[in-house]
Amino acid sequence: MSVLEIRDLHVSVETDQGTKPILRGVDLTLNSNETHAIMGPNGSGKSTLAYTIAGHPKYTVDSGSITLDGEDVLEMSVDERARAGIFLAMQYPVEIPGVTVSNFLRTAKTAIDGEAPAIRTWIKDVRTAMDNLRMDKVFAERNVNEGFSGGEKKRHEILQLELLKPKFAVLDETDSGLDVDALKIVSEGVNRAQENTDLGVLLITHYTRILRYIKPDHVHVFVNGKVAEQGGPELADRLENEGYDRYLQTADQA
Amino acid sequence: MTTTSPATSSTETEQHGFKAHSDGGDAFVPVQTRSERFGSTNVADFPAVTGREPAWKYTPVAQLSDLIDGELNGSEYPFEAPAVDGVTVAWVGRDDKRIGTAGTPENKAAANAWTAFEKALVISVTGEEEKTFRLHRTDLGDGARAAHTVIEAAPHSRALVILENAGQAALTENIEIIVGDGAQLTVVSVQEWAEDARHLAEHFAEIGRDAKLKHVAVTLGGKIVRVNPSTHLGSQGADIEALGVYFADAHQHLEQHVYVDHDAENTRSRVSYKGALQGEGAHTVWIGDVLIRQTGTATDSYEENRNLVLSEGTRADSVPNLEIETGDIAGAGHASATGRFDDEQLFYLMARGIAEADARRLVVHGFLVEIIQRIGDAELGERIEAAIERELAAGDLPS
Repeated sequence: MSVLEIRDLHVSVETDQGTKPILRGVDLTLNSNETHAIMGPNGSGKSTLAYTIAGHPKYTVDSGSITLDGEDVLEMSVDERARAGIFLAMQYPVEIPGVTVSNFLRTAKTAIDGEAPAIRTWIKDVRTAMDNLRMDKVFAERNVNEGFSGGEKKRHEILQLELLKPKFAVLDETDSGLDVDALKIVSEGVNRAQENTDLGVLLITHYTRILRYIKPDHVHVFVNGKVAEQGGPELADRLENEGYDRYLQTADQA
Repeated sequence: MTTTSPATSSTETEQHGFKAHSDGGDAFVPVQTRSERFGSTNVADFPAVTGREPAWKYTPVAQLSDLIDGELNGSEYPFEAPAVDGVTVAWVGRDDKRIGTAGTPENKAAANAWTAFEKALVISVTGEEEKTFRLHRTDLGDGARAAHTVIEAAPHSRALVILENAGQAALTENIEIIVGDGAQLTVVSVQEWAEDARHLAEHFAEIGRDAKLKHVAVTLGGKIVRVNPSTHLGSQGADIEALGVYFADAHQHLEQHVYVDHDAENTRSRVSYKGALQGEGAHTVWIGDVLIRQTGTATDSYEENRNLVLSEGTRADSVPNLEIETGDIAGAGHASATGRFDDEQLFYLMARGIAEADARRLVVHGFLVEIIQRIGDAELGERIEAAIERELAAGDLPS
C-alpha cells in the first residue's frame, strides 16, 4: 500500500511574456489501487500537473509538495522518480533515433529494477504483454516511436506501464486520438496493470469516453490551475451531459 | 571556424534522382560533374588552393597549408605489423609498376604527397583462406609528412586488412587498393590520432571482375582528419561496400568525400556513413558522389549519410550527389538525414528510469552499432565501441 500526496502545489512556466503561473494550489491524495480522473478544459493545467509529477525541467515548482510514501519527490531527478515508482504515459511520446523498442524496454527494466531481468522470463513477459495489446512482433525491432501511428504510440506507452510495474501511473490524455478499438485495448491494459500490481492511476483526460472502460473512484475537475469540484463517478456523467461551460462561466466571473 | 547550431534538422531522401543536389547552397551555380575533375600526380600542376574549390570548400585549408603545398618528409616511417600467412609487407621504389594503377590525385594535397614520397609501402594479399592483417602506425611526428601505400589482393584471395593510426601526425597520403578478379578484401582504416593531429588521406580502389571490396573508415581522433575513398568499378560484377563511422567532439573537423564510379555493367555499390557530433565547434563533412557512366548498365547503387547531433554548437554538412548517364540501371538512390538528440528525448528516457549518461550512451550506441556490426570483426567492433564510450564520457555534456 503506497500513497502519492500532492499538497498546495503551485507551479509556473517561463514564457516569452515572462513567468506564467499555471497550478495555483493543487491538493490530491492517490492511494494504491485507486483511479482518479482529472478532467478539465484546455489550459486548465492538467498536463502541467502530469509533467510536474514526472519532473520535466520546463516547469518550476514555486511552493507546495509532492511526496511518495513520505519521500520528497520534488528533490528527485527525473530518473530517480521513475525508479521510485512513478510512471508518466505521455500524450506525445517522442521518437528516439537508433534505439529499438526491445533494447529500450530492456534498458528501462534494468534501470528500474537495479538489475537485468532474467532473459527467458523477460522475453516471455514482453511477448505476452505485446500480444495482449495486439502489437505485432516486428514492433520490438523498430526504433522507439519512429514512424509509429498515434495508436501505436499509446499502446507502446501502456506496454511500458505493464512491463515496468510502477506504483503510480499518470496517464496524460492517453485516450486522445484513439479509435474505439484502440481505446478498448489501451484501457484493458491499464485495468490489467491495476489488477496485477495494485497500481494507482491518475487519469488525465479532456473527454469522458475513456471512463466507460476505466472506472474512476474519484473525479476532480480542474479549472484555472485548481480543483474546482470533486466527486465520485457520477460527476463524470454530469460532465458528459453538461460539458465544462458551468465552470468556465464561474472562472470568468472570478 | 563557423559554428552553426542546427536548430532545424534536415531530411532529404530522393530515389532515382537524376539531378544533383545543389552543392551546399550555391544555387544556380552549375555543379561540375565529378568525372571532369582535373587530376595529376604532380603538385606543380595544381594552382594554389583558395578554399573555394569543390574539393576544399568545407575544409579549414588555412590550417593545412604545410600539407597542401609545403615541403614534405617522404621518407620511410616505423610501423608494427605482426606477421600473417598470406600477407607480405615491404617498401618499394617509386618505379614499382603497381603505383598509380588505382587512381590519380584530384587535389593539391594528395598530389603533394605523391610528388614527395620516397618509397611506397606495399601490402600484398594472396591465398583464398580468410585472414586478418593489422598494420599499426603511431606517432609520425609533428613535421609535415607524405606517405604512399599500395594494398594489393591477388585474384580470388581473401583478407581483412586493418590500418590503425594513433598518436601525433601531420600527414598527407595516398593509399591505392587493387582488388584482383574474384577477390574479397576488407580494408578498415581507423583514425584514432592525438588531439592535435592533422591527416589528409585519399584512398583509391580499383576493383576487378566479380571482386568485392568492403572499405571502412572509422574516424574518432585528430584535429582535422579527411579521408576520401574513391572507387572505380571498371570490371563487370565489381562490388564496393563503403562504410564509415565518425564521432566529432569539440573543435574537431572530420571530413570524408566518398566517390563511386560505376564504369562497367552489373556493378554494385552501397555507401553508408554515420556520424555523431558533440561539443562546441564539432564539424563533420560528408560528400557522397555516385557516378553511373554510360558503360554502367544494370548497376545497383545506394548511398546514405546519417548524422546524430548530441549538443549545441555543432555543424554537420552532408551533400549526396548522384549522376546517371545511362537509362538502364537496376537501382540508384541516396539519402541524407541529420537528427538531433534533444532534451525531450532525454526526458523520455529518464522518465523510464534511465540515468542521463546511460540515455546518451544508449542513443549513440544504437545509432552507430549497425555500421560497426557490418565491419564483420568482433574484436575491432568492441574496440571501436569502447573508443566511442570514451568520447562520450570525455565530452562536454550539456546539463
